[in-house]
Amino acid sequence: MNKLNKQALFLLLLLPVFFLAACGSESAAKVDITERIEENPTLTWGVKVDTNLFGLYDIQSSEIRGFDIDIAKAITEELTGDADNAEFVEVTSKTRIPLLKNGNIDAIIATMTITEERKEQVNFTDIYFDAGQALLVPNDSPIQSLDDLTADTTVLAVKGSTSAQNIRELSPEANVLELENYSEAFTALQSGQGDAVTTDNAILLGIIADNPGYRLAGGNFTQEPYGIAINKGQDAFLQEVNKALETIKENGVYDAIYAKWIPELD
Amino acid sequence: MLTILTTYQDVLIDGFLNTLYSSIIALFFSLIIGTLMAIFQLSKNKWLKGLANAYVEFFKNIPLLIIVMFFYVVVPLYWFSIDGFTAGTIGLTIYTSAFIAETVRAGIMGVPKGQTEAGLSTGLTQNETMRYIILPQAFKIVIPPLGNQFINLVKNSSVLAMVTGLDLMYQGDLIASETFNTFDTYILIGLIYLIITLPLTYLMSYIERRLNVTS
Repeated sequence: MNKLNKQALFLLLLLPVFFLAACGSESAAKVDITERIEENPTLTWGVKVDTNLFGLYDIQSSEIRGFDIDIAKAITEELTGDADNAEFVEVTSKTRIPLLKNGNIDAIIATMTITEERKEQVNFTDIYFDAGQALLVPNDSPIQSLDDLTADTTVLAVKGSTSAQNIRELSPEANVLELENYSEAFTALQSGQGDAVTTDNAILLGIIADNPGYRLAGGNFTQEPYGIAINKGQDAFLQEVNKALETIKENGVYDAIYAKWIPELD
Repeated sequence: MLTILTTYQDVLIDGFLNTLYSSIIALFFSLIIGTLMAIFQLSKNKWLKGLANAYVEFFKNIPLLIIVMFFYVVVPLYWFSIDGFTAGTIGLTIYTSAFIAETVRAGIMGVPKGQTEAGLSTGLTQNETMRYIILPQAFKIVIPPLGNQFINLVKNSSVLAMVTGLDLMYQGDLIASETFNTFDTYILIGLIYLIITLPLTYLMSYIERRLNVTS
């Protein structure tokens, strides 16, 4: 055959290789995690890296630190014997479910509220933290509670968060603008792009801890129970994580981590 | 994908219009600013030349998102308030104008020197020569690369999504988060962008053909 035919044939033979590669990445999500960690005891957790108290990247120590991270490490220790087997990947409210479904991460522990809608996409473990949605405003703001939000006020939220959906339902007249993550939402508040930031009170308290010119406006107006999200089809892993969670709640490890990170919520 | 289109058609249309407006405004002003900078870069006046060179080099070499963030975060903090759409459009204009300056400058330099000499020798001033003789020929030369810059501009307008510019990509982000269907949503958004970029490509080809016929 002539040169052109040979090249065409070569490319045609290469084509299945690309399909195989694609198949490979899809099956990563289907491998049973409990079996996989018997040989290779690494667990990959999706965590926030921009949320003070729950998951924040600390530049000095070049590691992510927070409540979610410590809980993940404690569970990893229960499941594999060593907390250092826990690996952490940055996620945001927008990226966490796609990454879990692809098998890039084994579990999400990233201030994620359990909702019926999300249960259609992923499975949740038992509740590991009870939060509630609240508003953050500058100290001199006239806003005292949810009722003060009108058509002239703008609330800032994070894309893909339950807080964004909730505030639209609870305050339909208010304008809602969504940013990529909490630090951008807070920066936008500082620049006056909005009048308030809304998300879980625990996250807001973390922001206030570093920024004294801001306060909460009113109390919690929703219940936000946090759960660890695990991909569908990983029922054995789900059960093991639930068992580990129960263990650390009973043996005092959970209480120690809670006392370390969570300030007194009023 | 069809269900996303029908369920969210209101916000998709809103987003599409915002992208369209932002692109048109940025296209118009970046063309003017870019051409001006190109002329300054080739001027004999040291100050104009230096100013234009600094402008072009600076905005060509830093990321678009940084420029846009500056207008969204820093300007309202110290000077006056700007909303997401305006900050994004201003950033887009400035960024693209640096690239248009380079493109137009190449076009101007591509016009044979004899044209300038002929223009001056028939009594036209430097400005008149540039306006009536050089620029028209320069534009004819740079229609293809200019067309590319405009397509890039439309695609770059997606940066508005990062600063609540309420454009097509922003609405796409919200829809993807709400439906958890990232794949279908972004494919759909990409296709809607084609509604702006494809006609733009045809328009530039049409202009190129028209200019070639009349030369």
